[in-house]
Amino acid sequence: MKSDKKKKRLIFRTAVLLVLIGAVVTTLVSSFRDDSNVVKAGDLAPNFKLKQVNGEETFELKELRGKGVMLNFWATYCDPCKEEMPYMEQLYPEYKEKGIEILAVSLDTTELVVKNFIEDYNLTFPIVHDQRGDVMDLYKIGPIPTTFFINPEGEVVRVIQGPLTLERLESYFQEILPEQNNS
Amino acid sequence: MNKIKCECGHVNPEGTVLCEACGKPVEKNQHIDGNEKNKLLNMRYDGSARRSQTYNKTIVDKTWNFFSSVKVGVWLIVLALVASAIGTIFPQEMYIPRSVDPSQYYRDEYGIFGQLYYELGFHNLYGSWWYILLIALIGVSLVICSIDRVVPLHRALKNQRPKRHEVFIQRQRLFGKTEKVSKDDIKTFIEQLRKKNYKISEDQGHVLAEKNRFSRWGPYVNHIGLIIILIGAILRFFPFMYVDEFVFVREGETKVIPGTNQQYYIENKDFILELYDPEEEEKFAEAIVQEGGMVPKNFQTNAVIYQVKGEVVPGAEPELEKMKEGEIRVNEPLKFNGYALYQSQYQLNEFKSMSFKLHPADNPDDAIGTFTFDMTDPKKEYDLGNGYRVVVDQYFPELKLENGVPSSESNYPRNPAFIFFVYGPDIEERETSFLAIGANIDPGEDNRYKLSLDGVEMRDVTGLAVQKDRTLPIFAAGAIIFMIGVVQGMYWQHRRIWIHPKEQGVWIAAHTNKNWHGLKRDIKSALDQTSINPPEDQQELS
Repeated sequence: MKSDKKKKRLIFRTAVLLVLIGAVVTTLVSSFRDDSNVVKAGDLAPNFKLKQVNGEETFELKELRGKGVMLNFWATYCDPCKEEMPYMEQLYPEYKEKGIEILAVSLDTTELVVKNFIEDYNLTFPIVHDQRGDVMDLYKIGPIPTTFFINPEGEVVRVIQGPLTLERLESYFQEILPEQNNS
Repeated sequence: MNKIKCECGHVNPEGTVLCEACGKPVEKNQHIDGNEKNKLLNMRYDGSARRSQTYNKTIVDKTWNFFSSVKVGVWLIVLALVASAIGTIFPQEMYIPRSVDPSQYYRDEYGIFGQLYYELGFHNLYGSWWYILLIALIGVSLVICSIDRVVPLHRALKNQRPKRHEVFIQRQRLFGKTEKVSKDDIKTFIEQLRKKNYKISEDQGHVLAEKNRFSRWGPYVNHIGLIIILIGAILRFFPFMYVDEFVFVREGETKVIPGTNQQYYIENKDFILELYDPEEEEKFAEAIVQEGGMVPKNFQTNAVIYQVKGEVVPGAEPELEKMKEGEIRVNEPLKFNGYALYQSQYQLNEFKSMSFKLHPADNPDDAIGTFTFDMTDPKKEYDLGNGYRVVVDQYFPELKLENGVPSSESNYPRNPAFIFFVYGPDIEERETSFLAIGANIDPGEDNRYKLSLDGVEMRDVTGLAVQKDRTLPIFAAGAIIFMIGVVQGMYWQHRRIWIHPKEQGVWIAAHTNKNWHGLKRDIKSALDQTSINPPEDQQELS
């Protein structure tokens, strides 16, 4: 009977401690989760649908499954964004062949400035316009440029804040290449 | 783990200081409450076993015993207090300028200590992991300390017998002997106590009169309230319980409301700012003028809330259904489905549209045509009729010049500038004009035609705080329970009087957890009609 009571006490204490540890861990984990970037590496990239500015297509992210996607948030008034645009343009034709799509989401308010920019920089990769800021809110974009590298399964592999160099851009493309081209 | 059997027959758990039934001190445990040095018994938790060292075998028991220590609890609270105090030395992150990188700001402003402050997370104290952990550990300590004390105390108070051991009686703070006493006197005493709402229990002539035992549970009720408040604080981390966001909406604009999973949109129909008029408010006229005349009396947003119909696909044109329309003023939020929108900021006079007219450079009155550039929906090209047209080569919402190269600072038309190309039947190729606020430049200085500003339309921007707080009822419940506990423990006292008959006389002892004066008065007035000696305060005597 003695050991029975002891056992009961142990079970009770273990149960209480487990509940408390659970509460502490949830608190700590959730306090980290609401950092500036809600979408982070390992997450499934949230779906969205935006119209192309330099073309007639409408892009829905989930329809690009099977391809690696570089999702770049930028704006015409952001100087570091302008730096990386030529690199993207330079690599686009080669990597489009290999199964990678670039999607540059402009956070400008007017399409006019985006169109002017595309003309000035001769950009051919798809540029979409998030006029109401829906997608910006969805991805909780803080400073720009912010770039998400999404693998063919639709999972975010890497999140980069700040401008990219040509070398780094190319190495990140390698990470999201579809299977058949990897060998 | 040996149970301790008292001579009265009661079996006490290990660690008991005073027998739960008769109160006889358990000899080997007197050091726990420091009774060996004192004449009086320490009545804390009625001498019941709090935490037993003998269960210290598994990791679970070790952890349990660690948190069961009040000493540990107090240290955790002291650490949290010290950390909170340090957190006030330099400003918190939310109060430093937004444009600077915090890691640099603290180093530049406050030197090495500032950098340390930042590295250790003091700049965002309530969000730093170790602070949250510290508070969480206080919560753990609170729960385990309470469980480890309320259970044994409850046991001890439930088990107590009217018949107590002589040593227990003698070593109470209030104790008195009467050598000779009549049965009637004792009866009168008991009757008087009963009138004073004491509960009487009897065992072989030994009597226990007890009152307001429930006040002993005050601290535990109080702790339950604190734990509920902590649970409320934890729930604030979950978006379905708590949302705190901010959104700027321009007049005429419809925007997604952040923190609502893209379910709701808001349209800013109109923003109104009313100022105090120095002529109407004679009393304050001087003060208003001193403030530059800009003292807002009211600022409000007339808003419409929309809900998205059907599936939400962010970015795609949503199908919106009007849900609510209302005015948002300071302290008068617009509420819908658990969310509340609070008026919190505004920016006045952003450009909404600018009208231009084209005229010969030497004759401003002879207009060839006009057009309106709408900042919310600008066109690439404007047809002025008669073969004249204007093409917008560049539009800079907020002009900045770097080495003479124009670009835009932001999205917002605060300082718009344009490069226009003018085409016409009598213009050879095209004429270029650069227009900005306070500037109208003809780069080639040979333009035949000139574009002039003909009118502007301004609009305001409202800044709204988006809040959802389902944790408030939890905080309220916690606070109420907390207060009930405080009142319960503060305004009532657990008073006990033991009547211990001797051959000819009687011993009387009494104990209370506070307000000894009240207890003494109770006893004195109950003994008024009798020859029994009132017990003396042994603490005052020594």
